[in-house]
Amino acid sequence: MDFGFKRSPSSAVNLDTVDHARYDRLVQLEPDALTCIGCGSCSATCTAAPWSGMSVRKVILGLQRGRDDEVDRMLSRCMLCGKCTMVCPRGINTRHLILTLCRLDRKGEVVR
Amino acid sequence: MIYQGKQKIWADYQKEIPDDHWFYVRSCIRQNFFPASEKYFLAICRDQLGRDIYESEHHTTCAGIAYHCDTIPQETAMTVVARQFALMTEAGYENLVTSCITSFGNYTEILETWRQFPELEEKVREHLWKACRREFKKPKYVAHASDLMYKLRGEIAERAHFQLVHRATGEPLRIVEHIGCHYSKMFPHKGVGGAEYPCVLSGMAESWGGRVIDYPERRHCCGFGFRQYFVKANRGYSLSNTHKKFESMEPYRPDVIITNCPGCPYFLDRWQYVISEMEGKTYGQNGYGIPVLTYEELAGLVLGVDPWDLGLQVHQVAVEPLLDKIGIPYDPARKYLGMDEKKIMTPGLPTSLKCF
Amino acid sequence: MVNRNPVIAVIGAGIAGLEAARQLADLGYSPVLIEKEPAVGGHVAQWNRLFPDMTPAAEVIDALKKQTAKIRTLLGTEIASINRLKDGFSLVLTDGTSLLCQAVLFATGFQLFNAAKKEEYGYGIYDRVITNRDLEAWFNTRKDKRIKQPEAVGFVHCVGSRDLKAGNTQCSKVCCITAIKQAIEIKEEFPDAEVYCFYMDLRLFGKKYEDFYIKAQRDYGIHFIRGRVSEVGEAIDGRVVVKAEDTLNGKPVKVTLDLLVLMAGVVCNPDAQHYARQVGVSVDDDGFLKSRDNIAAITESSRPGVFFAGACTGAKTIPETLAEARSAALNIHHYFNKRK
Repeated sequence: MDFGFKRSPSSAVNLDTVDHARYDRLVQLEPDALTCIGCGSCSATCTAAPWSGMSVRKVILGLQRGRDDEVDRMLSRCMLCGKCTMVCPRGINTRHLILTLCRLDRKGEVVR
Repeated sequence: MIYQGKQKIWADYQKEIPDDHWFYVRSCIRQNFFPASEKYFLAICRDQLGRDIYESEHHTTCAGIAYHCDTIPQETAMTVVARQFALMTEAGYENLVTSCITSFGNYTEILETWRQFPELEEKVREHLWKACRREFKKPKYVAHASDLMYKLRGEIAERAHFQLVHRATGEPLRIVEHIGCHYSKMFPHKGVGGAEYPCVLSGMAESWGGRVIDYPERRHCCGFGFRQYFVKANRGYSLSNTHKKFESMEPYRPDVIITNCPGCPYFLDRWQYVISEMEGKTYGQNGYGIPVLTYEELAGLVLGVDPWDLGLQVHQVAVEPLLDKIGIPYDPARKYLGMDEKKIMTPGLPTSLKCF
Repeated sequence: MVNRNPVIAVIGAGIAGLEAARQLADLGYSPVLIEKEPAVGGHVAQWNRLFPDMTPAAEVIDALKKQTAKIRTLLGTEIASINRLKDGFSLVLTDGTSLLCQAVLFATGFQLFNAAKKEEYGYGIYDRVITNRDLEAWFNTRKDKRIKQPEAVGFVHCVGSRDLKAGNTQCSKVCCITAIKQAIEIKEEFPDAEVYCFYMDLRLFGKKYEDFYIKAQRDYGIHFIRGRVSEVGEAIDGRVVVKAEDTLNGKPVKVTLDLLVLMAGVVCNPDAQHYARQVGVSVDDDGFLKSRDNIAAITESSRPGVFFAGACTGAKTIPETLAEARSAALNIHHYFNKRK
C-alpha cells in the first residue's frame, strides 16, 4: 500500500556496523595515515579542491565512516601534484596514500 | 543499572503538585484518538477520589498547534492562553491542569517568557482586554494531568482491582514508558524526575505492579512534531522516529507502552500498522503488536473499568492479549456496540498486523 | 615582638603542601601540615602513572614522604575556624587543638567535578560508566567490578569543564593528556579493544604531550572523534550505547561500548573557598582562590601572610605544582625577612 511517504534511514553512522576494511588495509600499507588530525592543511592547499571538492582529510575520514562513493569520486579528481604532501604537519605521505588507495578495491584487496 | 542512582536524581527534581482545586483544560485532539481518556481522568480523580477539578465550557485550545506550526505569531498564542487564565481566575482557581503535554509545555513556556519579559505580559493583558474585556491572574501552579495522577497513584493502587502482573506467571508486566517531549525536555525542573529520567509514568507503572524497561532509545522523540507530519512529504520522518524506538525496544519484549501525550500514543499505536503494511514487520508477541495505552486508560483498567467503556476498541493494536495477560474480563461481542448498544461499524483488518 | 621561629600552617598535605613544607623546613622554619584525609599525598597518591614519562606516582609520593617525615603533620584533621590576628593567624582544628601561626599556605588542591551532575551520561546509573578517577584507581588496585575484559572503551573529554550549564566554564587543563594516557594504558592492558576518545578540542600544551597523541594514534590505533556525547543508554546486555555528534563528518555517530570513562574536570575545593573568605582572601570568578597577580605573583594572595601553592588557584600539572610550592616557600621566607 502506498502511503505517500517512506521511512527515512537514520543518518547516524553506526560504528558497530560500519565497514572499514578498506581503511584497515590502507593503514597497514601506510601507517602514518593513522596520525591524521583532520587539520585540513591538505584540503586548504589542494590544487583541485576549489573545483572538485577533493580533500585528503575527507578521504581519510570518509573511509572510516562508510562514505565510499564520495571517497571514490574525490580520488578520481586528484591531480597527484603533491602539494598536500608538502604541507602535511604530521608528515603523512599523502600522495602515496592516494596512490595506495587507488590500488585497493572496496573490500581492501589489492587489485592493481 | 543502579536503580538508586535514578532515585537520587528523582529526589533532585521533585515538583510541587498541589493536592486539590484544579482548573482542567482539555486537549484539541485527544478525544478523537482516545475517546474516554479525559472522561476517565475526571471520573477517577474527581468522582472516585473526591478532588475538586473544574472545567469551564467556555475554554478553548491553547493554540499550541498553531503556534508550533508557525501559523500564528507568539503574541496571539499568548493572548489565547491569557483568556484561558482569565476563565480560570473567574472561576476562582489558581491551579491549572492540562490534558495535553504540548499544552503543558506551551503554558510553562509562556509563563517563563512573561517572567523574563514583563513588558510582554503587560502587552498581552492589553490585547486581552481589547479583544474580549477579560482580565486574568497567572496560575500559581501548572501541572499536567499525569502529574496529578502520579500524585494520586497511591490512592489508585489502594482501590485497584487488578495488578499489572502477568496472571499466569506472576511476573510483573514489562512496561515501556514514553514521556512527551514537551513535558520536561525544555524545562527539566517542571517535570517530575527531570529531563533524563522522568519518573511520572514509571512511578505510576511501578506502584500498580509493573516493571519499567529502560532501553537505549527511551528518550527519543516519537516524531509527532506538527511540522513533520502535517505535510505528507515530511511524514516519513515521523515514521522513522517511531520505527527507531520500536527497533530498540524489541529485544526487551515489552508487554505494553504507556504514554502521557496526545500525539505519542497515537503514533506509537498507528505507525505499527503502517510499518506492518510497508515492511511486513510487527513488534510484540505473535504478530499482535505492542499495545499502547494512555495513563488514564491504564488507571481505568487497573480500577476495573470495562475496557470498551475506556475506548480501547478504537486502538489500532489489539489490546485483548494484554487484557488476557492481566486477567481483565471483557466481552468480545460488545466491542463494536455503541453507547446505546447499537452496532457501530467494524473496521477492516490489516494485512499482517493481527487484530480482532 | 618578632617571632624568632615562625610557624606556618600548611593547609593540605598533597604534593603542594608536602613540597612547600619540605622547602620551608630546609629554610629553617616550622611548618605544620594539616590534612583532612588519614594519609598524606592528596590526589596524586591515588594515581598510578604520570605523564609524560609514565613515572610511577608512588615514586613521587614516597620521595616527598621521606623528605617530610620529620615535619609535624596532623592527619585526619580539618579546620573548624581560622582567624586573622594582628601578627598572624589562629586556627581551631577539629581535633580540639588550636594553632597559632605567622603565615598560612593554602595547598588545598582541587575537587573532582561530580560526574553524576551530567545526568545524560548516566554516571551512578548505568553500570559501565566510570570516571577518570575510578579508572586510575583500577590501574592501581585492579579492583573494580565494572571493568571486565572490555572490547570497546570510550573516553568522554570535558565532563564538567568548559560547560556553562555544569557551572564550570574553565578548561581543566590536564584531562586531555590524562585521557590519552589512560587510553594508551587501556590498550596496553587490552590490546584488541577498540578505544574511542570523544573530544571538543585536544589541549596538549605540555612537554612531549603531542608525542603521546601521535603514539596513541599510530602505535595504538586509538580513534579520536571530534564531537560531544549527547546521551548514554543501556543495551539489553548491559553495555552502554553512546550517541555523539561527529563534527568533522557532519553527522551523528552511535557506538556500543563495554566501558565509558568520563574525564571529570577540576574545580576548587569548597572548603578552601570557605577558609579563604575567613582570612579575607577573595575567590576569583572562576571559583578558584584569587592570586595577587596572575603573572608576577601567583603564589601570593592580596593579604599579607596568606600564600597559595598548587591547584587551589587553578588547574595545575604536577611539575607546575611542585615549582609553585617551592616558590611559595621562598615568598614566605622573604615575607618573614622583611618583617624582621
